[in-house]
Amino acid sequence: MIAKLTWRNLWRNPRRTLITMTSVTFAVLLAILMQSFQKGVFDNLVKNVVSFYHGYIQVHKKGYWDEQVLDNSFQYDDSLVMKLSRNPEIKVLTPRIETFLLASVGNSTKGCMLVGTDPVKENLLTGLKDKIVKGRYFTDNEAAVLIAEGLAGRLKLTVQDTIILLGQGYHGAMAAGKYPVRGIIHFGSPALNDGLLYMPLAQAQFFLSAENMLTSLAVGIREPEKMTAIQQLLLSEMGKEYEVMNWKELMPDIANHIKADGSSFYIFTGVLYLIIAFGIFGTILMMTAERRYEFGMLVAIGMKKLSLGKILLFETLLITLLGVITGLLISLPFVLYFSRNPLRITGEIAEAYERFGFEALFPAAVDNSILIVQSLIVLIIAFLIGLYPLWHVGRINPMLAMKK
Amino acid sequence: MNNTVLDAHNLKRVYDENTIPVYALNGVHLHIVRGEFTAIKGPSGSGKTTLLNMIGGLDEPTEGYVNINGTNITQLKGNKLINFRLNNIGFVFQSFNLIPVLTAKENIEFIMLLQKRPKAEREQRVKELLKEVGLADKAGKKPGELSGGQQQRVAVARALAPKPQFILADEPTANLDSVSAGNLLDMMAKLNREENMTFIFSTHDQRVIDRARRVITLEDGKIVNDTAPASLDHTLI
Ligand SMILES: Nc1ncnc2c1ncn2[C@@H]1O[C@H](COP(=O)(O)OP(=O)(O)OP(=O)(O)O)[C@@H](O)[C@H]1O
Ligand SMILES: [Mg+2]
Repeated sequence: MIAKLTWRNLWRNPRRTLITMTSVTFAVLLAILMQSFQKGVFDNLVKNVVSFYHGYIQVHKKGYWDEQVLDNSFQYDDSLVMKLSRNPEIKVLTPRIETFLLASVGNSTKGCMLVGTDPVKENLLTGLKDKIVKGRYFTDNEAAVLIAEGLAGRLKLTVQDTIILLGQGYHGAMAAGKYPVRGIIHFGSPALNDGLLYMPLAQAQFFLSAENMLTSLAVGIREPEKMTAIQQLLLSEMGKEYEVMNWKELMPDIANHIKADGSSFYIFTGVLYLIIAFGIFGTILMMTAERRYEFGMLVAIGMKKLSLGKILLFETLLITLLGVITGLLISLPFVLYFSRNPLRITGEIAEAYERFGFEALFPAAVDNSILIVQSLIVLIIAFLIGLYPLWHVGRINPMLAMKK
Repeated sequence: MNNTVLDAHNLKRVYDENTIPVYALNGVHLHIVRGEFTAIKGPSGSGKTTLLNMIGGLDEPTEGYVNINGTNITQLKGNKLINFRLNNIGFVFQSFNLIPVLTAKENIEFIMLLQKRPKAEREQRVKELLKEVGLADKAGKKPGELSGGQQQRVAVARALAPKPQFILADEPTANLDSVSAGNLLDMMAKLNREENMTFIFSTHDQRVIDRARRVITLEDGKIVNDTAPASLDHTLI
């Protein structure tokens, strides 16, 4: 009977109920779309940022990040790597040896960072092959280098030219060599574009007298959501001699920047919910005012105020719940569609994006927690508003309420 | 045998005590025994509604007390008072007695639901009551689909449902045409005769007053006249 009463009361003023429900529906729809896009764009941004160079997670010898020198490298332990790469969450483990050295062609000499890497795994992690703008990608063990576009420009060299490298190898050994340039690579980030030089891992290790040594193991993961968990797992599996850092720790400036951008979305959704709260409250206010006489009558004939208040609370929750469910149902196809077919911008902005190595894409993220959290927020708002009629009924004096 | 259902002693109700006090009731003594059919009349503002509210436990007297079947209701508060009303007093108001979204049957059942009566008993009693008030064929109709007179009959059936000590009706016929008013009174009189249900109602309507067996006249918050036909000795104090 309570359920029947609640349901029928809902449709006493069908227009008002529908308007309230619709406004809840739109709020939920808007909030979910916004949050999904925010998260989708954010995830995509992170995906872009980590695929520039760093990867989501890196493993180093403890202390390497603070003092990035070859002597802080670690032994490439096959058994360990085998064990780690059996983890299904890990997409790729890219071994690297990195060091600063001098590169010269003719009279010009520039400082740069040499990255010795596994060509196949590097490509899996950062898509290095697609960044080639001239020449070709290097093969597994060839004695050749790929050079970043900006650096090549400053050294005035091109594909097939020879570059001379000079630096310090492992434990102070002398490192000097001549390598042909196989390809030129373009990076969106100026810092990378002006300073990177790639060489197959074994060649670099040989060049630096650091056989089997690595400065970092860059980890590509399948689901960015699980990054922290994987980081924890790696930390425990690798042991105390290693440090395991995620992209936020590797690139704190960028992490801060992206985070700050998210807050405006929260303000917007906050305002949205405020509007909805007032909408629901208005409806409840009108409803309680209109039914004042009836509430008085019910309490007069013997209905407990709490029972009556509960019915009113259920009414509020039910209107909202219907609105929320409709909102969820409508938003779902949109979210799914835009996750598979991201909004693609064109024109100057798109060009600017691409120049800096970002895809000009705005995908929506499909994330259950967004749906759940947004629905819960609205329901909690409705619950709080539903306490108003409870309070109202609690104070009702049947005699006064029934007075004309 | 003590047949007293209601005993009101020296009831006073003062409004606006701090400015210009209005004595809505000014020392009313009332004694009602089971089976009475009593009308309360008096000019507008004489205190009829105030008196009914007081004996129905909807308002507290400034002075005096109300005793119903041995319980001093003036001392009951909150849910205890609400529960007492539910189980002991039947209410019929002037209009808008019913829950508009429930059918006649559901409206009557509702009060027994509040009493947590078992389903079988509810069904049985609703059927009985609908028949008694002559609305067996209107069980599934909502108040909006019933005439004013029919709505008042449903209200009487609902008031009857919990088998209260008495039924209070504040101007139950005020919104009815004279035929419907007559029919409602006939029905109430029949219930009074056949089930010995006690009715206390206020009215302006002379034809309604004529049907009552005891007529109490209020003026300025005081009982100025109280007639009980000699034929009804059990209504005499
Ligand atoms: N809430 C209130 N505040 C102040 N005065 C009140 C209030 N309720 C009733 N009164 C006064 O109490 C007196 C009795 O009112 P009551 O409603 O009992 O009269 P009544 O006999 O029922 O009149 P009517 O026939 O018009 O229904 C009136 O003078 C009225 O103005
Ligand atoms: Mg009155």
